[in-house]
Amino acid sequence: MNNDLAISARGLVKVFNRGQSVRALDGFDLEVKRGTVTGLLGPNGSGKTTAVRILSTILSPDEGTAEIMGLDVVRQSDAVRRTIGLAGQYATVDENLTGRENIRMVAQLTHLTKAAGRAKADELLERFKLTDAGDRPAKTYSGGMRRRLDLAASLVAEPPVLFLDEPTTGLDPQSRNDLWEIIEELVDGGTTVLLTTQYLEEADRLAQDIVVMEKGRVIAKGTPAELKAQLGTTVIEVSFASHELADRASSLLTQLTPKPPIREGSLLELTVENGPKVAADVLRTLDGAGVELLGLALREPSLDDVFLSLTGHRTEEEVANAAPAKRQGRKAKKESAQ
Amino acid sequence: MTASAEVAMEKLSVIERTMWAFRDMRVVTWRNLMASLRIPEAIFFSSLQPIMFVLLFRYVFGGAIPVAGVSYVNFLMPGIFVQTVCFGAVATAIGLSEDMAKGLIERFRALPMARSAVLAGRTTADLVRNIFVLVILTVVGLAVGFRMVNGVVNFILGCIVMIVFAYALSWGFAIIGLKAPNAETAQLMSFPILFPITFASGAFAPVESMPGWLQWFAIHQPVGVVVAATRSLMCGGPYTNTSAVGWTFVWAAVLLVGFSWLAVRSYRKVD
Repeated sequence: MNNDLAISARGLVKVFNRGQSVRALDGFDLEVKRGTVTGLLGPNGSGKTTAVRILSTILSPDEGTAEIMGLDVVRQSDAVRRTIGLAGQYATVDENLTGRENIRMVAQLTHLTKAAGRAKADELLERFKLTDAGDRPAKTYSGGMRRRLDLAASLVAEPPVLFLDEPTTGLDPQSRNDLWEIIEELVDGGTTVLLTTQYLEEADRLAQDIVVMEKGRVIAKGTPAELKAQLGTTVIEVSFASHELADRASSLLTQLTPKPPIREGSLLELTVENGPKVAADVLRTLDGAGVELLGLALREPSLDDVFLSLTGHRTEEEVANAAPAKRQGRKAKKESAQ
Repeated sequence: MTASAEVAMEKLSVIERTMWAFRDMRVVTWRNLMASLRIPEAIFFSSLQPIMFVLLFRYVFGGAIPVAGVSYVNFLMPGIFVQTVCFGAVATAIGLSEDMAKGLIERFRALPMARSAVLAGRTTADLVRNIFVLVILTVVGLAVGFRMVNGVVNFILGCIVMIVFAYALSWGFAIIGLKAPNAETAQLMSFPILFPITFASGAFAPVESMPGWLQWFAIHQPVGVVVAATRSLMCGGPYTNTSAVGWTFVWAAVLLVGFSWLAVRSYRKVD
């Protein structure tokens, strides 16, 4: 056992049988050092949520082992549950209870004394700016308030390890920023965090290490800087009137970039280190060959570009469209969990 | 490592574990009851349905159903009580199914609480609700002519007998709540089970009026036994049937052990 590790997983496999069997995790490995933040990136359906659910003892793996602070998630699941906090995209709060009641309920179920639970509720409501709303039923809360309450409830036992499953998905920019600040404070306090996200920006801001998943496996890992270097820093998008023109331009531009341009319909994408210079080269080359373009844009790489670059294809359409909506209930959640 | 993690390292004794399981169950029960109190409409309408049954059978069908020894309303009320507490089990199925869909169960599963507490807290909250509905129904019954002809003590004993049975039954419907894909389906799955067992019993009409094969079923199936036991205690006289009272407790014990084992097993397996 490595004492520096807060989270370690080796060869995790999880197969769901729902009509057809899906390998949600297919040999997943992970190491998270104590006191660090690791971002788990991947599209819907890549297995992020399944990994978090196994590490937080909600699911048991079909194969492989995992430890939290040296405790086995299967054999010592009760001890693991005392060591972790879990907050997620579904903001699992009881809508009919008030914010204060929600926190006190979790405190009691974590076996704090009544007095300690009451004090904890006051403290957490204050810290998460929910004091004024504390005695209102949670169903009257905004999306951002629910996430804050969910996160507050997960911190009742002051867990050394915290799992955040897409904590800001579906939030407006202001709420997202608020939540990021809270998470940063926690990390400053020494909490180890495993964060799943679809946003590169989020991982970039919060995580020291990034692990990229696809189809239940890790396909890349490193610091944000390392991954970006791997990606190139800018994406140039050039659009044309037809895909034949785009094809022609693609063969003309191949020598300008280390990686060949990727064509999607009548759009070309080039991932490059030096955006402005290459953009000028692109214009010169196309102008010289008499190929007319409709538009040209430079942008920062997105998570989609990470995937494009790592896997050679975009995040799969049907997976991306299976975006989970809480209201759709369990079925939708199960799909997204895979 | 934090203090809380160190506590986890200690091995808890069986007694301590049971104590915690009981405390956890109490917390979840409280949560379920609070949630229902926050939706007064649900309480109102769930009480309304049994009241409609009382009025319907007392005044619409009652005149056409001859019964021996007591007035029809005195024959009917024990049956309606049993039917009502059995239908209370639908609330168990729906409630659990909704919790599953909302993801709250996920939070519970990641907490160091007893595995059985989510289910036990649900069935216990529904038991409390059943008692509440029984009180309302008794008042309505008294208003339409029902009398505790065998004494108040026996009436209360009759209520206890059926409540114990209904509690065991609600563990069975907890399994439906865990297996159903959503609350609507949980409800739809519950009715085809509840209608035959509550109506094909002596609840509303004497079993002697039914064809032979149905008579056998109506007498021996669990709800039929509970109806006979309840009527034995509440009406007495020609309806006295002490063996039915004994068999009710046997059924309740068997169903409770079987259903709770199956329910906890499906709860563990839910992914």
